[in-house]
Amino acid sequence: MAGKTLFDKIWDAHVVRSEPDGTTLLYIDRQLVHEVTSPQAFEGLKLAGRRPRRPAATLAVPDHNVPTTDRRLGIADRVSALQIQTLEDNCREVGITLFNMSDIRQGIVHVIGPEQGFTLPGTTIVCGDSHTSTHGAFGALAFGIGTSEVEHVLATQCLVQKRPMTMDIRVDGRLSDRCSAKDIILAIIGKIGTAGGTGYVIEYTGSAIKALSMEGRMTLCNMSIEAGARAGIVAPDEKTFAYIKGRPLAPKGDLFEQAVRAWRELKTDTDAMYDKTVTLEAEQIAPQVSWGTSPGMVVGVDQNVPDPRTMSDENTRSATERALTYMGLSPNMPITDITIDKVFIGSCTNSRIEDLRLAASFAKGKKVAKTVHAMVVPGSGLVKQQAEAEGLDHVFREAGFEWREAGCSMCLAMNADVLKPGERCASTSNRNFEGRQGAGGRTHLVSPAMAVAAAVEGHFVDIRHWS
Amino acid sequence: MEPFTTLTGLVAPLDRVNVDTDQVIPKQFLKTIKRTGLREGLFFDWRKRTDGSPDPSFFLNQPRYQGAAILVTRDNFGCGSSREHAPWALLDQGFRCIIAPSFADIFYNNCFQNGILPVVLKSEDVLSLMNDVLKIEGYQLTVDLGHQTVTTPQGNSYRFEIDPFRKDCLYRGLDSIGLTLQHEPEITAYESRRKTDAPWLFSDLHL
Repeated sequence: MAGKTLFDKIWDAHVVRSEPDGTTLLYIDRQLVHEVTSPQAFEGLKLAGRRPRRPAATLAVPDHNVPTTDRRLGIADRVSALQIQTLEDNCREVGITLFNMSDIRQGIVHVIGPEQGFTLPGTTIVCGDSHTSTHGAFGALAFGIGTSEVEHVLATQCLVQKRPMTMDIRVDGRLSDRCSAKDIILAIIGKIGTAGGTGYVIEYTGSAIKALSMEGRMTLCNMSIEAGARAGIVAPDEKTFAYIKGRPLAPKGDLFEQAVRAWRELKTDTDAMYDKTVTLEAEQIAPQVSWGTSPGMVVGVDQNVPDPRTMSDENTRSATERALTYMGLSPNMPITDITIDKVFIGSCTNSRIEDLRLAASFAKGKKVAKTVHAMVVPGSGLVKQQAEAEGLDHVFREAGFEWREAGCSMCLAMNADVLKPGERCASTSNRNFEGRQGAGGRTHLVSPAMAVAAAVEGHFVDIRHWS
Repeated sequence: MEPFTTLTGLVAPLDRVNVDTDQVIPKQFLKTIKRTGLREGLFFDWRKRTDGSPDPSFFLNQPRYQGAAILVTRDNFGCGSSREHAPWALLDQGFRCIIAPSFADIFYNNCFQNGILPVVLKSEDVLSLMNDVLKIEGYQLTVDLGHQTVTTPQGNSYRFEIDPFRKDCLYRGLDSIGLTLQHEPEITAYESRRKTDAPWLFSDLHL
């Protein structure tokens, strides 16, 4: 019998029952809840007279709507305020732990899960949010679900699933200096396309992945959904265990040692088979910049905006033309000629302490261009506190960046942080869809280092050669 | 959930690839705490021109597609955000069936939770339907879930595949949570096995 992949091992350990046709009742260890995709789930439970099965396996936090300015002023938007109040009321009623807006532990749901030790290897984790794939960085099977399934998990701690296929994305070699996990994942999406991973769970393997920090692995797994895969995973290793140890919700003492022994088995057997394999060479990956309105529309910073006239496939050509019109770009212009108005450093992709340290190291002693408005939004209150303890806030402020409170902010612009029509933003977030950061706004996805360089120069530059 | 058996309805075309759920319903409509009334947010940014007036070239603004119950569209429909507001908005507008060559996973799943049937047909068949919809005013299709067919007014029939469990739930309009709760003893048995194998997963997570 062939060996098992990491995915197989996690899946098999969570099967409650399966039907002859493969329909599986899968046990869900943990659920994260935020204000946008949960109110209808709680309402559904109430209407059906049901109670959450394991409130203690659930953690809630408001993040999408929260203001990133002074919280003592409350929320000006009354509809947003009601949604956040509803989350607080629902959690209190059923006994779910919630970090409210004034709690230092509040932050983006995919930042606080790992930060609190809620995210553990070998677990199944869901959230009504597609970037739940982030938690796969710890060797967890983590995926986004809709609100009806949020309700399903609250009521039963299970989901009905069909086994997905497995894809191995292997990245070997050494990344160029100043290239990062963000460049790896954008290059992967550029290669396989935004539907390349549909129906698959991706396992990221290879020496370049092993070499990534936990923060880097989270950035990588976070954007698996942008390649169409609901989940991406990295096998846990010593870095993972060291990251988890001592966190508030992590197992302690003997229980931790027992857990680590089990976690060491969480790797793909040498004779296991994947349904598909994709390989990339880390040396070949340049700093990436998206030019279009889908994350797969991405090139190296040393390249030009594509020319639709050279495209033979009609669908690709018309989608490219449409994207270039929306983005206000001309075919064949060098990426480094694109000037920007705004810079956003933040989001569940790139707002952790390591991202901020790296960004600050490039911002130090520099000034944001006069034509650019730049902001940094830490992923959580604790990330913010840590950054301030290290003086990173001073570095950013000195350089002309705004330093904000934690939240999703301009990644999806549900709060007051919004692009105006036609404004162009270098963003460390994950989606460059039309209107994502504000109606008519134009988003270019980049790494934190590339975002800082663009803020300073007013246009994109190749970070590898930036002084 | 309303059962889905057969549906004969007016068809509307959305001739774009990679339609993401941010386009289906933008963020400002996600602040609601209800599932209903989301129609006004459906394709909000595409319905309007830059000056805010309705864009007459967008299908939802054209009288000929008013009352459409079936949407024909292109590859990777529903990609991006997991927001179930996308199927809620489509349903609120009257769409019960969406036909495309492929769907994003989470959106596909969310449709079944709301009595919407997502139908996957071959690219060339979707293209042919798309051409007919654009050409023929009042174009209708009949979707038969039981027989897994889409039938054109000309009598051409396309067969589609669907997972048997999902088909059954949709066909009978079953409450999926209720179905899972029928297996409650097995869930409890799983939890007690798991407590032995992985006790660290059962610590109290209250902080």
